[in-house]
Amino acid sequence: MKFAIIEFPGSNCDHDAYHAVRHVLGQQADFIWHKDTDLRGADTVVLPGGFSYGDYLRTGAIASFSPVMDKVREFAAAGGPVIGICNGFQILLEAGLLDGALLRNRRLKFLCQDVHVRVEATDTPFTASAELGQVLKLPIAHREGNYHVVPERLADLEANRQVIFRYCDSAGLTSDSVNPNGSVGSIAGICNLRRNVVGLMPHPERACESLLGSDDGRVVFESAVAALVA
Amino acid sequence: MSINQAVIETHGLTSAEYRRLLDILGREPTITELGIFSVMWSEHCSYKSSRLHLRRLPTEGPRVVQGPGENAGAVDIGDGLIAVFKIESHNHPSFIEPYQGAATGIGGIIRDIFTMGARPIALLNSLRFGELGDSRTGATTRRVVDGVVDGIAGYGNSIGIPTVGGEVAFESSYSGNPLVNVFCLGVAHAERLAKGLASGEGNPVYYVGAKTGRDGIHGATMASAEFDEHSGDNRPAVQVGDPFMEKLLLEACLEVMQTDALVGIQDMGAAGLTCSTCEMGARGNSGIEIDVSLVPQREAGMTPYEIMLSESQERMLLVAKKGREAEVEQIFAKWDLHAVRIGRVTGDGVLRVREGGKVMAEIPNRELADGAPLYSRPIKRPEGLDDLRRLDLAKLSPPVNLTEAWLTLLAAPVIASKRWVYRQYDHMVRTNTVIRPGCGASVVRVKGTDSALALSVDGNGRYCYLDPREGGRLAVAEAARNVACAGALPIGATNCLNFGNPERPETMWQFSEAVDGIAEACRTLEIPITGGNVSLYNETDGQSIYPTPVLGVVGLIKDATRALAGVFPEEGLEIVLLGDPSGALDGSEYLKTAHGSVQGCPAPVDLDRERALQSLLVEAASNRLLRSAHDCAEGGFAVALAECCIEGEGGGASVELPSTVGPHDGFGLVRLLFGEAPTRVLVSVPATERPRLLEMADAVSLPALVVGKTGGERIRIAVDGDVVADVRLEEAGNSWVTGFTRHFESVPWEQ
Repeated sequence: MKFAIIEFPGSNCDHDAYHAVRHVLGQQADFIWHKDTDLRGADTVVLPGGFSYGDYLRTGAIASFSPVMDKVREFAAAGGPVIGICNGFQILLEAGLLDGALLRNRRLKFLCQDVHVRVEATDTPFTASAELGQVLKLPIAHREGNYHVVPERLADLEANRQVIFRYCDSAGLTSDSVNPNGSVGSIAGICNLRRNVVGLMPHPERACESLLGSDDGRVVFESAVAALVA
Repeated sequence: MSINQAVIETHGLTSAEYRRLLDILGREPTITELGIFSVMWSEHCSYKSSRLHLRRLPTEGPRVVQGPGENAGAVDIGDGLIAVFKIESHNHPSFIEPYQGAATGIGGIIRDIFTMGARPIALLNSLRFGELGDSRTGATTRRVVDGVVDGIAGYGNSIGIPTVGGEVAFESSYSGNPLVNVFCLGVAHAERLAKGLASGEGNPVYYVGAKTGRDGIHGATMASAEFDEHSGDNRPAVQVGDPFMEKLLLEACLEVMQTDALVGIQDMGAAGLTCSTCEMGARGNSGIEIDVSLVPQREAGMTPYEIMLSESQERMLLVAKKGREAEVEQIFAKWDLHAVRIGRVTGDGVLRVREGGKVMAEIPNRELADGAPLYSRPIKRPEGLDDLRRLDLAKLSPPVNLTEAWLTLLAAPVIASKRWVYRQYDHMVRTNTVIRPGCGASVVRVKGTDSALALSVDGNGRYCYLDPREGGRLAVAEAARNVACAGALPIGATNCLNFGNPERPETMWQFSEAVDGIAEACRTLEIPITGGNVSLYNETDGQSIYPTPVLGVVGLIKDATRALAGVFPEEGLEIVLLGDPSGALDGSEYLKTAHGSVQGCPAPVDLDRERALQSLLVEAASNRLLRSAHDCAEGGFAVALAECCIEGEGGGASVELPSTVGPHDGFGLVRLLFGEAPTRVLVSVPATERPRLLEMADAVSLPALVVGKTGGERIRIAVDGDVVADVRLEEAGNSWVTGFTRHFESVPWEQ
């Protein structure tokens, strides 16, 4: 099993994603520079978090034009599993691979803390090994994580079960007070219609070792490994 | 421009300094040369007032790989690795322009670390502001706090280095002169340690990074003068940070360092191109010749003077090996950075600045870098200090309700939770953070090894104001104790010495005393100082800050899984107080919060006992005896107990203290609950391990008192069988969580 970790200028969770899949899960992983146009036979593509191009324009806007993104589009179109974490999610939205937009957090400040998310669907390559309704403790670290989509599209997302993770409390209940950034429908992560492209704001790669406070994030990468074997 | 008296004065040079300059050159300087001398001989770059005193600090030890004099210090952490770290101030810029001042402080300290060949893995900061609630200055202070925190977050988060901890304190003496001290830690392979030196005649000198603009000209000179009402006029002297550019520089430089094509490298920080060229030349016993017309420029028509003095951010100077140019240039090209060859290393020991064919400056490197004037400034003990140090409790009345006094203390901004601050910092990126910010030291593991490093920055301006020597000792002891509470052996320290105007003999007395105190504590605790920073002239309109040395201590934990948390992890644990049960009210947070008084003699630290306590903590943690350890600092025992409960998972606590013998002034219980003293740590331990812990304490004659148990929904303190303070955990939590945050926004405490 081989993961491709895409590196944009300003990516800063690239090493973390690499560490999680390579050293914690013991899978193969390659860094792919954003100017490269070869995914080197990867089975799964990870767009890591960070501040690509400093996020000086809209978050993820410039990175979505990087040469490697054509290959990522082709890979996704062929059904290959793609996950965008945090800035990677923002890039997927800008690249048109996922629907919606991420606005400034409702309290306008960057927020770094643990949150709980509930797994809303297990028929994606990144949640297949999780239980439906399973609650994961994952860190968030973002200022633009307030997911927004117009009401009609939200209805479509819900109808198509494209909401994959929702912010909730430790018991799995959603409410405004445990929605850290004001996301519509407490949405923390979504997938595309074909269900092979997933984007989420929380950082599963930061929650792969109990030494760091939680290993609930492992299931996201383990799912990808299991999906391939299956 | 001709060099006359007025020009010399605006460059901050005294007539004696100018005469020395004439001796070195043997002629009148050009204006470019005058500018170069003025920044290199500024207080900020030359340490001319402080160097004599700094020599008294212990800088050597078996683990020290790099002491003071380089961009950062380094200590051996085993596994062929070294920890590279340093603390720096960015006080003056942060007052003029809080966001950019703080942001560029972060940028500067990060460059100091990766310049040494180390991958930066953690940031901390020590911040001091005026009082948040002050009716006159509070609004400005809140704006400065907001801007500084935003600036630190903006830069650190973007570049992807976690801000894992720090401290924030408030005293009116900082209202016109906040302190922004930033600390960075990196890890490098011992054999890859890079140095800021230029050698090898003919080797190319490269300029890398952002273009040079007119920003920050004379920033170093500004940092060497007091503030007044016109300080806002200095805004163009504050630079603007670009963390994205620095991220590219960081990655590209670390990649170049993986090759052996590099001779030396240094960042262009204070005094920009001037400082980097002359220091690199001086360290390598070489000269450097550069052509400023080759320097990438952001603005048209810049003079050699402006180019040499600019403090534009995110720039590096590096010397490569001749013949390896293509390799170096290729790496920078990958990161879309231009490495521009602006000159070469020469053998004549001279810094030669050309503009095309014309020589604009020609100065012997060594005299410029190391020949700065050295002052033994007059010293005088401040008058009125004896009155200040006399605390007469008879004039004050003890609190009627200790529980209320307790809640008030928990809500004091200096004690209350800094969640609002550290949640704005990405403190988890790089996936190393084992102990997060919030209580005591922070811990980051070292990937590729079993070990971890504990980090703490601490200072207490109030103690130093009342007794600078004891304050210095206490600052070292506290930072080291915090690190030991995490189960780490303190192995190195860096200090940031923030003081007022050195031309005042009283300031220099405080400085000298504090340095002696720090030196004494570092010697006894065997913690070498590997570098640091001095920030003087911290005065506004003649009002000086409290003398504020800030210590950053690094500790080593051999097995990261044995790192100790600061808070109670579960119910049913026994709580043991190591050290004396009672503290002093002198200089305490209680005295300030409840009575608005800053007086008395802070309780002195017995350094031998402190050492015994810290050794015990490290040993007990490595044997997995303890479940948590928390220093009793501001607010004393009662505050430490509450913090252990609120931030922990062990519910409340019920404890019983014995009354202690003391003066019959009605403050006995207050001293017991809120009194402050060093060498006191609150630990939690499973009942089965208690006897071993008590034995260990007894063996080193350290008092150890089993005071109670964790659990329940209340925090209750009894003395001799009578409950004297009792509060619901949730209520205490509310006070503590909202005490600071309420000044900025209303947030419920549930999250």
